[in-house]
Amino acid sequence: MSAKSCMCQEVGLLVFPCSGSSDVGELSDRVGRTIAKCGQAKMFCLAGIGAHIPGMIESAKAAKKIISIDGCPVSCAKKTLEHAGFKVESYNLKDLGFEKGKTKVDEDSIKSATSKITGGKIEETISRSSDGCCAK
Amino acid sequence: MKIEILGVGCPKCKQLTANAEAALKELNIVAEISKVTDIEKITEYGVMMTPALAIDGTVVSAGKVLSKDEIKKIISK
Repeated sequence: MSAKSCMCQEVGLLVFPCSGSSDVGELSDRVGRTIAKCGQAKMFCLAGIGAHIPGMIESAKAAKKIISIDGCPVSCAKKTLEHAGFKVESYNLKDLGFEKGKTKVDEDSIKSATSKITGGKIEETISRSSDGCCAK
Repeated sequence: MKIEILGVGCPKCKQLTANAEAALKELNIVAEISKVTDIEKITEYGVMMTPALAIDGTVVSAGKVLSKDEIKKIISK
């Protein structure tokens, strides 16, 4: 970010992956980053919400929509956000067919999970993107 | 009381500053209003959306231009 750039653009979608330590936690993180990289959402720090950092809580309140991506049914991301008072559209990788301890985090699984969450919009973005933002 | 306006200086930040000044005037409160324009300093507050308003070091709003009345309500709490 350049020193002169403004941070006052309207905030549409914020994505909070659980970013947990397991394979599906890692996958949630990679999916969140892929969605953000394609410009479909802005990725945000779940830890900041859990830590009740006022600046992060207030910044998240400015979003039009918040989605959580959890790796497993413990649903830490969803619960952390709800505990902080946010209404969340939640996704769980278990529901999308990814089993904890049995998931390989690679380009295929990232692409597959991302596509399921975005309803295929990610492919549109890839095909429209001149630099192939999330194709790699 | 210390009031900080966090933002790089766009029209929204200026409007928030004006609203904060008006709120203080109506409440008859003398407070220091300072502008934080350095992005690194802004992110140290955890603020990802500007303009933001901090009172005595705590961010009370981010990503929106609070009206004079909204600021009055927060200050009066």
